[in-house]
Amino acid sequence: MNRHEKAKNFKQVNHSVTKIDALQLALGKDSYVADFVPNDALIIKMLWSPHAHARIKKIDVSKAEKMPGVKAVLWYGNVPRIVHCTAGQGFPEPSPYDTFMFDRKVRFVGDRVAAVAAETEEQALAALEVIKVEYELLKPVFSIDEAMAPGAPVIHDEPEAHVPIPVHYEPKKNLVAQVGCEAGSFEKGMKDADFTFDETFETPYAQHCPIEPYVSMAQIASSGRIVITTSTQVPFHCRRIVAQTLGIPVQRIRVIKPRIGGGFGCKQEVLLDDVTAMFALRTGRSVLWQFTREETFRTGRTRHPFRVRLRAGVKKDGTISAIGLDCINNTGAYGGHGLTVVSCSGGKTLPLYHCDNIHFDGKSYYTNLPVGGAYRGFGATQAFFAIESVMDQMAEAIGMDPKAFRQMNHIRENEGSPIFAALGEGREGTPMTVGSNALGECIVQGAEAIGWDKRTDWRGKTGRFRRGVGMACLMQGSSIPDIDMGAAAIKINEDGSFNLTVGATDLGTGSDTVLAQIAAEELETTTDKMIVYSSDTDLTPFDVGAYASSTTYLSGEAVRKAAADAKRQILATGAEMLGLPVGEVFCENAAVLSRKDEKKKVSYSDIANYSLYQKNQYQIIGTASHITKKSPPPFAAHYAEIEVDTWTGFIRVLKYVSTIDCGTAVNPTLCEGQTEGGTLNGISYALTEQYLFQNGRMMNASFADYHIYSMRDRPALQTILVPSYEDTGPFGAKSVSEICINGPAPVIGNAIYNATGARVNEFPFTPEKVLAAIQALEKKK
Amino acid sequence: MTRTSHTVSFTLNGEKKTFDTRPDEKLLTLLRREGYRGTKYGCGQGTCGACTVLVDGKATYACLLYSMQAEGRKVRTIESAGTFDKPGEFQKELIAAGAVQCGYCIPGMVMSATALMESEKDFSDEIVKEYMDGNLCRCTGYEKIWVALRRVLDRREAATAKRPVAGKKTSSKGAKK
Repeated sequence: MNRHEKAKNFKQVNHSVTKIDALQLALGKDSYVADFVPNDALIIKMLWSPHAHARIKKIDVSKAEKMPGVKAVLWYGNVPRIVHCTAGQGFPEPSPYDTFMFDRKVRFVGDRVAAVAAETEEQALAALEVIKVEYELLKPVFSIDEAMAPGAPVIHDEPEAHVPIPVHYEPKKNLVAQVGCEAGSFEKGMKDADFTFDETFETPYAQHCPIEPYVSMAQIASSGRIVITTSTQVPFHCRRIVAQTLGIPVQRIRVIKPRIGGGFGCKQEVLLDDVTAMFALRTGRSVLWQFTREETFRTGRTRHPFRVRLRAGVKKDGTISAIGLDCINNTGAYGGHGLTVVSCSGGKTLPLYHCDNIHFDGKSYYTNLPVGGAYRGFGATQAFFAIESVMDQMAEAIGMDPKAFRQMNHIRENEGSPIFAALGEGREGTPMTVGSNALGECIVQGAEAIGWDKRTDWRGKTGRFRRGVGMACLMQGSSIPDIDMGAAAIKINEDGSFNLTVGATDLGTGSDTVLAQIAAEELETTTDKMIVYSSDTDLTPFDVGAYASSTTYLSGEAVRKAAADAKRQILATGAEMLGLPVGEVFCENAAVLSRKDEKKKVSYSDIANYSLYQKNQYQIIGTASHITKKSPPPFAAHYAEIEVDTWTGFIRVLKYVSTIDCGTAVNPTLCEGQTEGGTLNGISYALTEQYLFQNGRMMNASFADYHIYSMRDRPALQTILVPSYEDTGPFGAKSVSEICINGPAPVIGNAIYNATGARVNEFPFTPEKVLAAIQALEKKK
Repeated sequence: MTRTSHTVSFTLNGEKKTFDTRPDEKLLTLLRREGYRGTKYGCGQGTCGACTVLVDGKATYACLLYSMQAEGRKVRTIESAGTFDKPGEFQKELIAAGAVQCGYCIPGMVMSATALMESEKDFSDEIVKEYMDGNLCRCTGYEKIWVALRRVLDRREAATAKRPVAGKKTSSKGAKK
């Protein structure tokens, strides 16, 4: 039996159980932060910097303070000056401490200047208008080249700026991070090659565009403690960072995460909560701060734009003799995630193909532009655009089919890569061999679905509309090994239901449901018996939060272990009730049964009542924590067929196929949903999404001007789940959510080449860019 | 700020109501303030559809409409679409299809689909897209929303039996071919 066939015997896992919050959300019941705001809450509005780089010479908030309805104004003169980092990462963070609640300096258009809390939104906005600010304009830095030029303006000249862990950080040179590694000899590999390549790629800014913008509410409880209800992926990091920024103990803060209206990484950031908490403290009132869409674009976090130089060598026999990946990201005005994103651009891509001689260099630079953050794909998205484009070029050079070339070179089960050990997130990585790997099968099934065998060379294509087929292979990780921790507790109730409390953060992905399925599977009961409560720093165990593709793999295993702990107690009590030794009983269908006589049994409900009320009373409660020793990659092969209008450069995606090996699909429908959503986001990113700037100001801050795909735009998407079994994950599962977004840019880029012979090394593939590339090719002929 | 007293009266989910308001208040703000919080704020720019309500049967962005423009009209919100015991037909299909991820866009989707079903007899793909195009979703890629909607529409078409479902070019399987 193939290992993955084990999953066929599961009763809860590997079934498309209905998402447990779906009905409540579809009915429009109060679920999200703004639904819980009392009508008398104060409304917060922020005065944002109109300048990309300036020092505040004078600021006068006295008029604003006297405006009707205004209860408090915050600015650098009346808040603690505590340097911190807004990236919601583990502690100490692998990101620079370069941020203050408010500062004398503004570093991008959309940086904080001063905030007002007033009885109404109109009053708050009116007060902002009378805040007088005099700026001393500084020379702005708008590109990686300007940032790294000798004598460039220093964006972070404050003496406090530092990274709390020993990593390379040179703010005087605008250098946020530098990381590198070498395996074998890259130079020798290039010399040994029959063909070499040296290509440079550019990837754009993008915003996550959750339909619920950033929103945070803070209240003072009767006890005097601060309760923050916030749209966050990282409730525990939020609590820690708010405590740090306000200079108050963690103990004083409770963070509650209700339902979240999407995050995709942008809510792995503590961007509002220090201000809402401060206003709550100052006023004693409930306060609400909700970003507008415009603010979400300008001040919200973005995907780091990258410049990627890829050098590679290939031998005629198909051996990749050298890969050199040089990635530079623009982290914008603040450095959160700068190091880890660039590190993952190598760490989550380079192990995919066999190569003995690998060079990687990653750098991260400050600019006076919007701030990069975590975004689904996390660096791998940017690097895979380069790697998978050059894979096609190498295949063509040696006269090999791009699919066959990938099939020959991709990593197999039980193989390692020096990259796993060399590149971690803020420190060295963890040596690892790949356990589950169904990439080979992904490639085969995807090729069949797209009709790869009918693909023809671009040189034979004529006419205005030309079709092309492209592909890419992908990997990601599952959690950050040895760093991330998730914990869970599970207790029984009288009717045999269970309270499952987890720190893990469901941001709309369905992780509450997935974790309930895992608990039910382990406990031999049904998922509908689980009452899940997640992400409340007062009431649930700790979890690092929803990032790094960790929840199913990491928190899921914590849940499985907690359920196993509860099950041991259930077995012991059941055995006691049956008058049997523990070794002679087992669990099935929410009951404990005698192995010898299955008619002798007690239900979970009976066991709960016995243990709560009758004899030797105690609470059956299981708890567990989990850290991972590996970060098993999910694998994927993506394919697309597109049509290029060679007169206009317009691209239409005719069909897109995403395969995915996520180990056991705990909930196949939700896994498909993740893949479909991430893939369409990736297609939208590859074709239309971009930030347009004027003097550092993002000019297209609305869905009218920043186009994300709608139902009309949606091409035919096909998702194929290809099973494998990851021995280190809960019931064979590994991650699913991030990998899919890495595919569309390289797949469509390769398809454009296959349609027209034109290579476009910079996306979004707008008609202008594609047409220019086609015309340049025509001229060469 | 001086508050001049203004009121607006309209039929809300079948009940005649009168609310205090101001000339500059948007319908979305009024509805949420009055407890109809299933209608969501997503952009305030009339571009995402999370605030979609029905005004005299037409799908309308409540973030753009001034509350006083609703005077005398019939307004319907997501609260009218279903209950825990009796969810609406499309809501049931959304749940069954796994189309509710973060769920923030779903109330708006349901209202736009209601407008479609009440206004049109022809549920061909192009017309459906016309009605649903103004509701953005970033989680699902629209696949499962589409599947759920087609199931409802195909059933309605079959019921009216104007043309056989089997003869149609598209089916409830959506894009999966």
